[in-house]
Amino acid sequence: MDELRDLNTMPVPSELRNNVFVTTIDRFVSYLYNWGRKRSVWPMMFGLACCAIEMICAAASRFDIARFGSELMRPSPRQADLMIVSGTVTKKMVPQIVRLYNQMPEPKYVISMGACATGGGPFKEGYNVVSGIDKFIPVDVYVPGCPPRPEALLHGLLKLYEKIERQSVRAVPWYQRGESEAIPVPILGPDLIDPRRLPEIRARLAELRARQGASTETSS
Amino acid sequence: MTAPTKTKAAPLAELKGDLAVLKEKFGDAVQPAEYEGVVIANDVLLEAARFIRDELGYRYLSSVTAVDYIQEGYFEVVYHAYRLEGGGPLVFKARTPRDVATVPSLVSVWPGADFQEREAWDLMGIRFAGHPNLKRILLWEGFYGHPLRKDWKEPYYEEEHKPFSSRWPSGHHIRAEDRVFWHDNVQYPLDWDPDQAEDTSDELLYIGMGQFARAETGELVEPRSLRTERLVVNMGPQHPSTHGVFRMVVTLDGETIVRLEPVMGYLHRNHEKIGERNMYLQNMPYTDRLDYICSMSNNLGYAIAVEKLLGIRPPERAEYLRVIMAEFTRIVNHLWAIGFLLNDLGAFFTPALYAIEERELILDLFEEASGSRMMCNYMRFGGVAHDVSDDWIARAKELVYNRLPRAIEELDRYLTHNELIKARCQGVGVLPPDLAVAYSTAGPVLRASGIPYDVRRAEPYSIYDRFDFDVAVRYNGDVYDRYLIRIDEMWQSLRILRQALDQIPKGEIQAGKKQYMIRVPAGQAYGRVENPKGELGFYIVSDGSPNPYRYHIRAPSFINLTALNEMCKGHKVADVVVILGSIDIVLGEVDR
Repeated sequence: MDELRDLNTMPVPSELRNNVFVTTIDRFVSYLYNWGRKRSVWPMMFGLACCAIEMICAAASRFDIARFGSELMRPSPRQADLMIVSGTVTKKMVPQIVRLYNQMPEPKYVISMGACATGGGPFKEGYNVVSGIDKFIPVDVYVPGCPPRPEALLHGLLKLYEKIERQSVRAVPWYQRGESEAIPVPILGPDLIDPRRLPEIRARLAELRARQGASTETSS
Repeated sequence: MTAPTKTKAAPLAELKGDLAVLKEKFGDAVQPAEYEGVVIANDVLLEAARFIRDELGYRYLSSVTAVDYIQEGYFEVVYHAYRLEGGGPLVFKARTPRDVATVPSLVSVWPGADFQEREAWDLMGIRFAGHPNLKRILLWEGFYGHPLRKDWKEPYYEEEHKPFSSRWPSGHHIRAEDRVFWHDNVQYPLDWDPDQAEDTSDELLYIGMGQFARAETGELVEPRSLRTERLVVNMGPQHPSTHGVFRMVVTLDGETIVRLEPVMGYLHRNHEKIGERNMYLQNMPYTDRLDYICSMSNNLGYAIAVEKLLGIRPPERAEYLRVIMAEFTRIVNHLWAIGFLLNDLGAFFTPALYAIEERELILDLFEEASGSRMMCNYMRFGGVAHDVSDDWIARAKELVYNRLPRAIEELDRYLTHNELIKARCQGVGVLPPDLAVAYSTAGPVLRASGIPYDVRRAEPYSIYDRFDFDVAVRYNGDVYDRYLIRIDEMWQSLRILRQALDQIPKGEIQAGKKQYMIRVPAGQAYGRVENPKGELGFYIVSDGSPNPYRYHIRAPSFINLTALNEMCKGHKVADVVVILGSIDIVLGEVDR
């Protein structure tokens, strides 16, 4: 490996400048690998709300997402590379979305389409609305709009290409040792519960109870 | 918190027409209400409902909803019933003190009240005595509280009404997460133990359906009566055929459906709670997102409801523009519905591509008129937002006279007599006329069952009484007729469009001056329009402030689903997808 790294700094004779391509294995493999997969990103057939209609329009004849190799919408998460979260994420739905994300094989990407998926949008103040899907799953590209036009979704897809292009085979998490961890599925209790936040919830609940206890003591 | 203002005026002095008949029959149990209708005492409510349906002839129960009058200390359940021959509603109400919160259920009289009463229980916490299956419908079992009660606050609660004074306190925006105690859109009751955090919502759902029972040991077991070869299959909420996040719990005997229970709420976006906080005009863009295929006609329904309270009518040109937009929307919706019905039948995406191609052309017109292709936000109270050019009218005419008739004819030619479509659709999902009325279905579902009921004719709104068109009706009530009726309705829409585009006058598009914050006089109004999917109603209670006191949406897709179990029973599981496709639901409207 050290020799390979030296290649970068090795002087190249001037007569060979245009004939020799100096690179590292990592860069070369990453380039080929990313070139091969970036233009066949298969989205999951998964619509949530209004944005899903624009997603369907992006797949239809006028906008034609097939030009970018993404027309093959897979109904099963097991065959999908990309999850387009297209619409308002509600508390009742978020356990299913996280489960679907966990079921997707790596490498996997997420486009958050529209204002609702990104941060709650116009429905943010609603009691059943999650303020953005990135509270639960990692998002690669955000597409603004309410709903974004099909062109905007295509632009988001191109941005995703750029991101895929830049990934290094050595650094990506899915080729590291060990298994990648699933995201804990949220729980529907009296309200939505994020299992990762349970200690914090416990502490805050104790704080609330203490406050409540203090106020009843003073009043009695 | 500011105390809610008084919402009530003095009761009506005298009752007229059928209300007087009702008063005569039931005496003191029937009292006049404040703005419209009568209040019926709970102990005679069932009897009175039967009388209204059978003797007075109001066979169609359109809307059931509840209002929380916290100041007066009671809940009011409001019913709107109609005659199938046409005409105005008979409005009757039932009251119950807030601490009792129980009203007799009318499901035995009108099965169509089923989901609507469950919704009132879920969101308002009113028990309906005698309801066969009273459990939550939009939220999950185990949710804390009933959100539409006036004293229930959402986690991001700021103030009762918009505009919030705190939005720009120091010149920059504050994230709601930073402002609230839990730092997220959640809140937990004090007596809840986080160590017991466990998702029981599905178990509770199954117990409610009688699929499981809780044994003494605490385990879930199958009840004795179900220990057969029956199989429970969940379709959705993530399923390619459910047109969104809709879930059906199907009990199968082999491949035959014994029972189907819709489970919804996966897109419950709290339109009604947000709508109460919003000012009247702020709700207009939210109506776009109800049935997001038909934003224009949603706008129209809401504008008509508020105009009823305001007592204004838009100028001529605006009326014509409204009709043109609403009828274009109907064509958009039916093209979409037919495309995706074929999708469900297995003709994957090709018919939909043809349908979407035409839809895009209409969306271009919408975009030019309103500025947005899908979420048009075009209607205003007493008018429309923007005028259209002569060039726009010319292009609309080109579409209406040339392009669209050919497109519809093409669909008709290739699909209607197709052997496969006939084999899969004829005789499937039959809904007989009496059941279609009893289940309060609306729109194409009702008319395909042989009931020629169309709000545009039965209780004309806007300027529909001027146009020459037929109410499409089919008589078999199966999937095939529900497909055919959409073709028929597109032809009728084209007829209306031709007349409207030829007759549209020049002139103003807004009555009075445009206002950001309108003041609506105190009152109650139920405005309804014939949306492409059925009767869309808005029930609005105003207390004279700039915000609605209650904002209820009678969504056609939601109520049409009440009949889904009836349509699917006895069919094969593969037909469920097709039957659902033929009802044509949109989840934004089902779950609101």
